[in-house]
Amino acid sequence: MTDLNELSGKVTAALSGVQAKLAFGELTLTTEPAEILRVIHGLRDQFGFSILIDITAVDWPQRARRFDVVYHLLSTRNNARVRVKTEVDEATSVPTIVPLFPAANWFERETFDMYGVTFADHPDLRRLLTDYGFSGYPLRKDFPLTGYVELRYDDEQKRVVYQPVKLVQEFRDFDFMSPWEGAPYILPGDEKATKETQK
Amino acid sequence: MSAAPVNKADVEGEDRNITINFGPQHPAAHGVLRLVLDLDGEIVTRVDPHIGLLHRGTEKLIEHKTYLQAIGYFDRLDYVAPMNQEHAFCLAMERLLGLDVPRRGQFIRVLYCEIGRILNHLLQVTTQAMDCGALTPPLWGFEEREKLMVFYERASGARMHAKYFRPGGVHQDLTPELIADIYEWTNHFPKVLDDIEVLLTDNRIFKQRNVDIGVVSRADAEAWGMSGVMLRSTGVAWDLRRAQPYEVYSELDFQIPVGKNGDNYDRYLMRLMEMRQATKIMRQCIEKMPAGPVVAESHKVVPPRRAEMKRSMEALIHHFKLYTEGFHVPAGEVYAAVEAPKGEFGVYLVADGTNRPYKCKLRAPSYAHLQAMDFICRGHMLADVSAVLGSLDVVFGEVDR
Repeated sequence: MTDLNELSGKVTAALSGVQAKLAFGELTLTTEPAEILRVIHGLRDQFGFSILIDITAVDWPQRARRFDVVYHLLSTRNNARVRVKTEVDEATSVPTIVPLFPAANWFERETFDMYGVTFADHPDLRRLLTDYGFSGYPLRKDFPLTGYVELRYDDEQKRVVYQPVKLVQEFRDFDFMSPWEGAPYILPGDEKATKETQK
Repeated sequence: MSAAPVNKADVEGEDRNITINFGPQHPAAHGVLRLVLDLDGEIVTRVDPHIGLLHRGTEKLIEHKTYLQAIGYFDRLDYVAPMNQEHAFCLAMERLLGLDVPRRGQFIRVLYCEIGRILNHLLQVTTQAMDCGALTPPLWGFEEREKLMVFYERASGARMHAKYFRPGGVHQDLTPELIADIYEWTNHFPKVLDDIEVLLTDNRIFKQRNVDIGVVSRADAEAWGMSGVMLRSTGVAWDLRRAQPYEVYSELDFQIPVGKNGDNYDRYLMRLMEMRQATKIMRQCIEKMPAGPVVAESHKVVPPRRAEMKRSMEALIHHFKLYTEGFHVPAGEVYAAVEAPKGEFGVYLVADGTNRPYKCKLRAPSYAHLQAMDFICRGHMLADVSAVLGSLDVVFGEVDR
């Protein structure tokens, strides 16, 4: 395997506007969305990262630029992997890398489908995995696990119909934060204990 | 096709362009795949795969489960070789947790990963033969698959959805009888492969349907993100078990078949060879397997043994905490990949320090392969579509996730 320290030094020297970080034995490069095409082109042609492994996004709703678009590349010649990350908000689109890697087509479509991140100049940015006529972006953190619509066969209309999700019991999302390990809330009765210690 | 012809060309049958639906319910679609095929006569001019009919939102569900609960979803991705997927997720977790697997655990993992490889290739080789019209190979292959599934069941309690690999090792130790039975099975399995080869390798119809069909070059395979057998069939000697070894693969003696022509037939031959190599690896695993623990001694991640729980208060507390709250994984992001039978199966795991994955992207090999359908099938005959689809080795559990 290639020495990642050496590789990260070479990459940051050759491609401007790239920050490198090593963690858990993996190299992560960060760059601006507008630079993505240039950076990935450089990685492919100058550093031999000839296989696109994956494109995905991570949603961080509390950030102003809420999405991390993440690219994974692999070089079989140098036996190295690299991850390229860029931050975008909901309105900005990322340049497509389909001209560099035809494999990016479905990965970008899926990212659009799941997160609503758009890719500029993508040849065919349709939804991919969700149902025909689906609305919303399921992997966003503000999309409920149960979704908004459910599907059933209607015997009167003799067809499958969509209707709003009806939950028989309220959706339960347990949090296991322990009051002994710094949970942000106070358990009922706890305020008495703190009063007593203050005395 | 329109019912009322509008111009002369249609009447005389010169305009031969038609669009047909292949699937979603079609025996050669290997699951629920809808292909929209544009045909010029019998020649395919465009393939538009419509996937997602089996989409279950696995990645979303995993974000709402503890790490231990999430393992179960990995069996349901590529349900033909379940444990190989679990393996990738366990490797990702272990890298974040900094957990080492004891040697016996590593050997058991490799043993079961290779059983998974044989399970997958037996299914692929024989159903591809079925796509080309041969009905006997599946019957012979499935008999062996059944025996392997019994090995799954004897180790984990479930024939398919095993949930056997756990962070730090495997769930339970194997019994000596089971190990002896697996070893016994490896003695007779090559004979079954010989029998299947007699049916297919020199079979005239099988060769006519597969030689020089679905040819992929090295440059194309790389551009389309292919991995595993698809990439190796083009002559690239790339196998993660050798290139980026995990577990004990670096100590084992095995060979990696590499193709020459990148066509369906090469891939068929390579899969047969991989099964023989996998059998060899299984034998070595059993021969070299040391005694000892199968799972790491880390009470904050690995649940205590049942016997220990009966006597130790501490163990009981750990058990309760681990099966309700689960363990916390330190914040960070990793990409862990394994050489699954179909290619590189990867897990991109983002942890935020809580007991649930913040994000878990599953990189499925057949997803990348299926998207190359359009590229591979253009210019082929309609009948070749099912042969190519069979050779790509897609399973919709992992394509749709």
